[in-house]
Amino acid sequence: MIAQQVLNEWYPVAMAAQIRAGQRRVTQLLGQPITVDLQKGAIVVTGQGGALHVTEAYGHVWACPGAPAHDLFPIPEASEPGRRLVDVGVVRVKCSPLRAVENFLDIAHFPFVHTDVLGAEPHTEVNRYEVQIREDSDEVWATKVTFYQPQAAKSSEGGIVTQYMYRVAAPTAAVLYKTCPNRTDAWDVIGIFVQPLSEELCDVWPWMALYDDVSPQAELIAFQQMIFLQDRSILENQIPRLLPLDPGMEIPTQADLTSIAYRRWLKKRGLTYGAQMVAA
Amino acid sequence: MIRLYDYVLSASCYKVRLMAALVGVKMDHEAVDFHPGRAHKSLEFAQLNPAGTLPVMVDGAMILTESTAMLVYLAKRAGSQWLGPDDAKSAAQVQQWLAFSGRLAASLGMARLHDMLLYQGDIDAWRKDGHAALRELEAALTERRFAGGDWLVGDAPSIADIACFPNVALSQDGGVSLDAYPSVRLWTRRIRALDRFIEMPGIHRLHELSPAPKVA
Repeated sequence: MIAQQVLNEWYPVAMAAQIRAGQRRVTQLLGQPITVDLQKGAIVVTGQGGALHVTEAYGHVWACPGAPAHDLFPIPEASEPGRRLVDVGVVRVKCSPLRAVENFLDIAHFPFVHTDVLGAEPHTEVNRYEVQIREDSDEVWATKVTFYQPQAAKSSEGGIVTQYMYRVAAPTAAVLYKTCPNRTDAWDVIGIFVQPLSEELCDVWPWMALYDDVSPQAELIAFQQMIFLQDRSILENQIPRLLPLDPGMEIPTQADLTSIAYRRWLKKRGLTYGAQMVAA
Repeated sequence: MIRLYDYVLSASCYKVRLMAALVGVKMDHEAVDFHPGRAHKSLEFAQLNPAGTLPVMVDGAMILTESTAMLVYLAKRAGSQWLGPDDAKSAAQVQQWLAFSGRLAASLGMARLHDMLLYQGDIDAWRKDGHAALRELEAALTERRFAGGDWLVGDAPSIADIACFPNVALSQDGGVSLDAYPSVRLWTRRIRALDRFIEMPGIHRLHELSPAPKVA
């Protein structure tokens, strides 16, 4: 039995461009079969009990299997003129959808998993940063994050200290804002939209809104896929498989503040699909 | 300059990138939107490679579309040490393994595309064929170890090893574990320990084993 608050959230279920091109997607959401297709020019998501609530945003189709508790979260940058919007495409990962989000929020693994790209030894220290659960938007935010990166983006030339902000905008969607190598007055925006197929299997849709007039689209996609696929084999081997929301065997450190806030936020809101409540 | 039409997640493309790195040949890379764009199946790409596969190597007027042929080209340009010993039996064995690498791509490679990028097909058959190929590889490498050898053919790494390595090292991506194949695992470590080795997503570099951790 899936909790009503889980059903009342929005989840990504397809890349809008692929559905609009006539590709029907037969998939799964929260363990239930669904179909995403185009009917008379409108994108429709159909489950066993009929049509689901649908919205289209940030290159993707979002569905809510219950009664939407709120609108889909805003990403104002998505409509800023001059940004390149990049649909990176689906990658399936055999892990809890919550673990996929948590990994996206983690900085400490950069030098070890994304070696010579998003981090490098000996620059392994995660400097202090701030985390808050914003009551007005009901989102988790990490700010004032800084990290030394050898190649922060496709358009980077040489290492820089990159600034980051992280934002959990929905139970299975997070957005990060990072220093844009080409613009000092704007952030690059990268989202990770996770479709929970089951509690231990997900389809992950990375998405980007960048200021980069130079890099070919294929290279922007390849760069982000390279990063995410470096994470995939790690994610598939994390134990316990479900994300523990109660403290137990794990000992978090200062660097894990965002993850701790994300887990508390999930627990407080009862968003426990893909989580385990008993101490690991 | 050699130009490689490349995709970062492709085992076959990585095979060529790895070979080029090992022999110190520089190439230009042209990223192709294999996923999600399927640009390798476009009409435009068909002009270059009617088979619609990656990688494609272009050097002057020469176009190669088979990754094993690219390995031969890169190895031959860099001398002959990567081509295996120059006797009839060794030369034939190298060809045997180059062809065998196609079986790995058709089994382990497809299982990986299924599990990772949602390719449709008979996943059970791909995994079963993958295990069958791994058993053969395990047997061959174990025989080589009994005879004091570390590599598939001869006393040094060759294009035979490089051709077979990527899909084996990535087998876990397709749900095929290497737990039952210790000689294969040791051999993948040997390749990862080579001078000038480069990684790809899913194949991590060998981390320093020394200094050894203190055992209480």
